[in-house]
Amino acid sequence: MSEPVKAGGRRSIFSRLHLRERMRDRDQAIYGLLILGALIYPEAILFITGNPAYIGDAAHAGTWVLLAIGLNVVVGFAGLLDLGYAAFFAIGAYTYGLFASAQLGASPLQHQYHIPFWIMMFVGLIVAASFGAILGFPTLRLRGDYLAIVTLGFGEIVPQLAFNLDRWTGGINAIGGIDQPWFPAWITGPWAGANSIAVIQNSTCRVSWASGFFPCFQFSFDPVAYYVLIVILIVIAVILVSNLYRSRLGRAWMAIREDEVAAAAMGINTVTTKLLAFAIGASFSGFAGAYYGASIGLVSPDNFFFVVSITVLVMVVLGGMGNISGVIIGALAIYAVLYVVLPHLPPAVSDLASTLGLGSLNQVNGDWPGLGHLVERLNFLIYGLILVLVMLLRPQGLFPSRVREQELKHDAVQEEETAVEQAAAV
Amino acid sequence: MSDGQPAADNILELTDLTKRFGGLVAVDNVSLHIKRGEVFALIGPNGAGKTTLFNNVTGLFQPTSGRVVFDGRDITGSRPHEVARFGIARTFQNIRLFDFMTCLDNVRVGRHVRMRARLWDSLFKLPRERREEDRVTDEAMDLLRFVGIAKQANQYARNLPYGQQRRLEIARALATEPKLLLLDEPAAGFTPQEKVELMQLVKKILGRGITVFLIEHDMKVVMGISERIVVLDHGEKIAEGPPEEVRKDVRVIEAYLGKSA
Repeated sequence: MSEPVKAGGRRSIFSRLHLRERMRDRDQAIYGLLILGALIYPEAILFITGNPAYIGDAAHAGTWVLLAIGLNVVVGFAGLLDLGYAAFFAIGAYTYGLFASAQLGASPLQHQYHIPFWIMMFVGLIVAASFGAILGFPTLRLRGDYLAIVTLGFGEIVPQLAFNLDRWTGGINAIGGIDQPWFPAWITGPWAGANSIAVIQNSTCRVSWASGFFPCFQFSFDPVAYYVLIVILIVIAVILVSNLYRSRLGRAWMAIREDEVAAAAMGINTVTTKLLAFAIGASFSGFAGAYYGASIGLVSPDNFFFVVSITVLVMVVLGGMGNISGVIIGALAIYAVLYVVLPHLPPAVSDLASTLGLGSLNQVNGDWPGLGHLVERLNFLIYGLILVLVMLLRPQGLFPSRVREQELKHDAVQEEETAVEQAAAV
Repeated sequence: MSDGQPAADNILELTDLTKRFGGLVAVDNVSLHIKRGEVFALIGPNGAGKTTLFNNVTGLFQPTSGRVVFDGRDITGSRPHEVARFGIARTFQNIRLFDFMTCLDNVRVGRHVRMRARLWDSLFKLPRERREEDRVTDEAMDLLRFVGIAKQANQYARNLPYGQQRRLEIARALATEPKLLLLDEPAAGFTPQEKVELMQLVKKILGRGITVFLIEHDMKVVMGISERIVVLDHGEKIAEGPPEEVRKDVRVIEAYLGKSA
């Protein structure tokens, strides 16, 4: 929204593409680097470590990226605080889990479904969006804090339901054995050469409604397959969300964020517009949920508690609210801290102590639990400190949208001015 | 006043409009009508209920009783966005721009209500949506030129000087293609030169076939451009008529200057 638009006049294709400006533009540069990184990462990590599990970690991080992109629509664009975002994630995951496993066979329904992932992905999206609309309809008339409280409640209710409706959801036992995505093998097509079909075909599949088996490519627990899938999903999500951002609807969201009364006076139906933000945000979460269920193969109520909502919110805020590329970076950064840095910190610290000749610190001694153990205990304190530090150093987030940057700068300038005035008055 | 059918040349008719806030009667049984193509002014001392009356017309408040008929249609109790769609646009007494959107985007938000792109069109940037966006951008630039701030198109509304913010608000309101434009103290805080320019702008707006209904304190502006005036005091209508008459009205003078001892 903030990029300059030249007034009037038709532009030639070349100037339309703004190639030169794009090179200089920060967001475009970030996208370029991200795509490059996404392409290089699997090869590089395999070359260095030879362990495909790291690719699986990256695919898991992708789920968080997808969640952050979705929450950014609600929080960053439309300015609605949603503290129950994990609920929609759960709804998407359970939708997939129930209809792509043996779970419903043991339920009162007495019939198990095995609907392919590619269909359930969209079903999960639609179901989550519907729940977003159902929750939003009565509550979006509320403002600010009240909306936050209601979403907070919703976020608590959904995992509790998953726990307690155990005849349907398996409760604490979770839903296991969830189907993994697969492609019919002919999807490789003739372009791959005569016998190359064997390269991608790794098993035979059967669809519930078809008789007989046919060659197919099972995702199984192959991290590379999930990695490729999530990268494609994220690219699609980014394209769609940036399209929305630069549209009539995106402007309406921002207008509501800036001044709801003026937006209404300009003919924007504030209730339906906010509802759309809510539903679209929820749909991304549902989408991510279906992917998550498929990639982990297990959906348990434990995975969708409040801390998930908060973590996604932290990703959005820390990355730079309202800016899609910033939010992606934020999600990756937080994921790296939570799942890479913090777990590796205690052994790294004890190693460091040993090499420095302070090995005695690693010994358990009375109340002293040993350095490694201590760091482990302090993990979340360290996490908190990192967050506080980042927000102190970059209050607008790592890569804020230009709008937010302006907004915060202005507030800072104003605060400074009032401070000067007060000082003068005293 | 309960005079049956609305006359066809009246664009806005208020009938016995009353707005109460608890025990306070902010607008008390006001009836007035605005003719198509005129400049109509609403004046009165501070707290007389002028802005409340505007808010009742534009749907920000629901009137306690009475009717609002716009262009032959009863719009009493309509929501603000519906009122905007019917063809009433407004500006605000204390400027309410979208501060951290560019001027161009502010005006494009105004076009929102006349745009047709659906969610689907926007998601996939269908050609129809692109064409509409291009057209709306051109129209928005035309409007910025019309009010004379085209050069500032890419600046944040927040960064404009005060006078230009007022102009931007008018451009944004015009973008909704109104038949009736409500201006809430458009000349407040203006220099004499700016006031002259504002009057010229109002004349240009009239030239587009838009009826103007304004609240204004500055008597020079009011007397200079309006054809008829209604005076409110304590929510009640105390005078109505052409500027020269109203100016001499005893009750009006009392309302503004207090009763002479």
